[in-house]
Amino acid sequence: MKKKFEKQIMTANRLGDGAVVYLAADDDWVLSLHDAEVAESEEAAIRLEERAGLAMKQQKIVGPYLFAVAVSDRGISPISQREIIRAAGPTVGTDLPETTPLR
Amino acid sequence: MYQYNEFDHAFLRDRTAEFRDQVARRLAGELTEDEFKPLRLMNGLYLQLHAYMLRVAIPYGTLNAKQMRQLGVIAKRWDRDWGHFTTRQNIQYNWIKLDDVPDILDALADVEMHAIQTSGNCIRNVTADQFAGVAADEIEDSRVWAEIMRQWSTLHPEFTFLPRKFKIAITGSEHDRAAVKLHDIGLRMRRNEDGETGFEVIVGGGQGRTPIVGETIREFLPKQHLLSYLEAILRTYNLLGRRDNLYKARIKILVAAVGIEKFAEMVEEEWEAIRDSVLTLEPERIREIERHFAPPAYEEIAEPVVSFDAARFTDPAFSAWTRTNLFPHKQPGYAVVTVSLKPAGGVPGDATSAQMEALADLAERYSLGELRIAHEQNVVLPNVRKQDLHRFWHELGTHGLADANVGLITDIISCPGLDYCNLANARAIPIAQRISRHFADPALQAEIGPITLNISGCINACGHHHVGNIGILGVDKKGVEHYQITIGGIADENAAIGRILGPSFPAEEVVDAIDTLIATFRKIREQGEFFIDTVKRVGIEPFKETLYANH
Repeated sequence: MKKKFEKQIMTANRLGDGAVVYLAADDDWVLSLHDAEVAESEEAAIRLEERAGLAMKQQKIVGPYLFAVAVSDRGISPISQREIIRAAGPTVGTDLPETTPLR
Repeated sequence: MYQYNEFDHAFLRDRTAEFRDQVARRLAGELTEDEFKPLRLMNGLYLQLHAYMLRVAIPYGTLNAKQMRQLGVIAKRWDRDWGHFTTRQNIQYNWIKLDDVPDILDALADVEMHAIQTSGNCIRNVTADQFAGVAADEIEDSRVWAEIMRQWSTLHPEFTFLPRKFKIAITGSEHDRAAVKLHDIGLRMRRNEDGETGFEVIVGGGQGRTPIVGETIREFLPKQHLLSYLEAILRTYNLLGRRDNLYKARIKILVAAVGIEKFAEMVEEEWEAIRDSVLTLEPERIREIERHFAPPAYEEIAEPVVSFDAARFTDPAFSAWTRTNLFPHKQPGYAVVTVSLKPAGGVPGDATSAQMEALADLAERYSLGELRIAHEQNVVLPNVRKQDLHRFWHELGTHGLADANVGLITDIISCPGLDYCNLANARAIPIAQRISRHFADPALQAEIGPITLNISGCINACGHHHVGNIGILGVDKKGVEHYQITIGGIADENAAIGRILGPSFPAEEVVDAIDTLIATFRKIREQGEFFIDTVKRVGIEPFKETLYANH
């Protein structure tokens, strides 16, 4: 049986500073995943990959890949812990409150 | 300390200029990422979760005040105001911009530092006992030999593309503080029956997914043959090590496959052909390096030092710190000080730029300008006069560096884990922070006594979880972070791999699990017994039973 398609967005690291970025409309690479373009079908995901490939050639980004997200009234949420941390930043560090909770 | 000569300086300048050009070509689109990646890795530059990470070598963990100050300057100017000291005696910067890297490498070169061979399938930064040269229990100063190995291994043409990364550690003392049995090659300085010093050579140790305690292939190697023997080992490994499977490429797999006796035979055979070659270390060459590590101008100080003893009697907090953070110095009147980078709830190994600056200042004023980085992720000031210790400790306190917990349960080794590392499956630092807050009470820590607790966020074991008396390994269980617990690991001359207690725990249950282990220990320990000795005496069953009693 064909696996149900999970909604996905395209991410990468920005070439110059390595910042986490997401592919949005108009081939814009944005810092907030809430502004990312969501692929709701395999065809749409393939189109995101093609646009990411072009951005790599243009020296905008490094290491693009798709990952699964959930979309609700509150916006886009990554499903994996890794992508939650990539989106929100480290849960620890000297620039963060001591009380940053574990999720 | 070793001082660079003109060749060394020119070499680093050339290297930085070369990388500056490579970065420019990458940003201009003349190099693809596939072409650029091996070049950046050769300069210690990784791309991690949130940004580029630059790993800087601190050869055998030794640095001077000027270098420490510069590490702080780099943190402040090009990173987010802190750096992370690692279990390989490196420092990592987590928030680096690609086009800043050439400037950072220039700043490092200004103080005789670099990031070469902190990545890649080559011989990595040689690590050593952080107390080398000053420890009262030392047979000989291992820094001389670590420096000789550094010079030999840096850009060694034959060993630039080994089957996998290669790690060497050395200790000059009977008691191993450098975890030499957990390295590809471990060296222990020994004395033979004639009183000559040489090396016991250990191979095939390592952690990761296949943790193995290394075995001795030569009980005593005369010093002048160090490089030819290492070359024979590396050559054997380079020829026979697997390149078809990343997970089976380390020397420990080769040694396990052929057997230690056969491997030793092959090394000896190779060595016979090269032992009297140009690799032989001539006495003059050894003396030349030894001169760089000549003891500093110590004062003649009579023991006991009255003011030091008086302060211990009158200031209980200071007294507690002296019990945990000092180590006997070979020179009367001096002490070796370990400065803890493990405050309650802190990130193990992190130091702010202000702390690095403060440590540099303190080293200049109190420690003859020298510092060390311990593989336990602490900083050592090796030459502090006992009469200065009370004042020195007060000053440490003003910088948040006076925690009296070295060797205790809150002196946790932790890798960066999923918060920073691309390889990690689970977070390590938040678990370390929670445990360190839970056991923050100094009286409780003292009562528990010496123990090591190590945490890794993945099977690669950068947090040395396999050899923690208590080890915690983060795993991904159906997309949720879980933590597997081991006990019985040891990293010293009696090195042992810890045993898994049972099923893993979700993050929110880890502190309770550790609390249960400690409570069990406190209940069954004999008078004054250390945690590891209790585990050796009773095995893992009593711990397993209480840990899983309600599961």
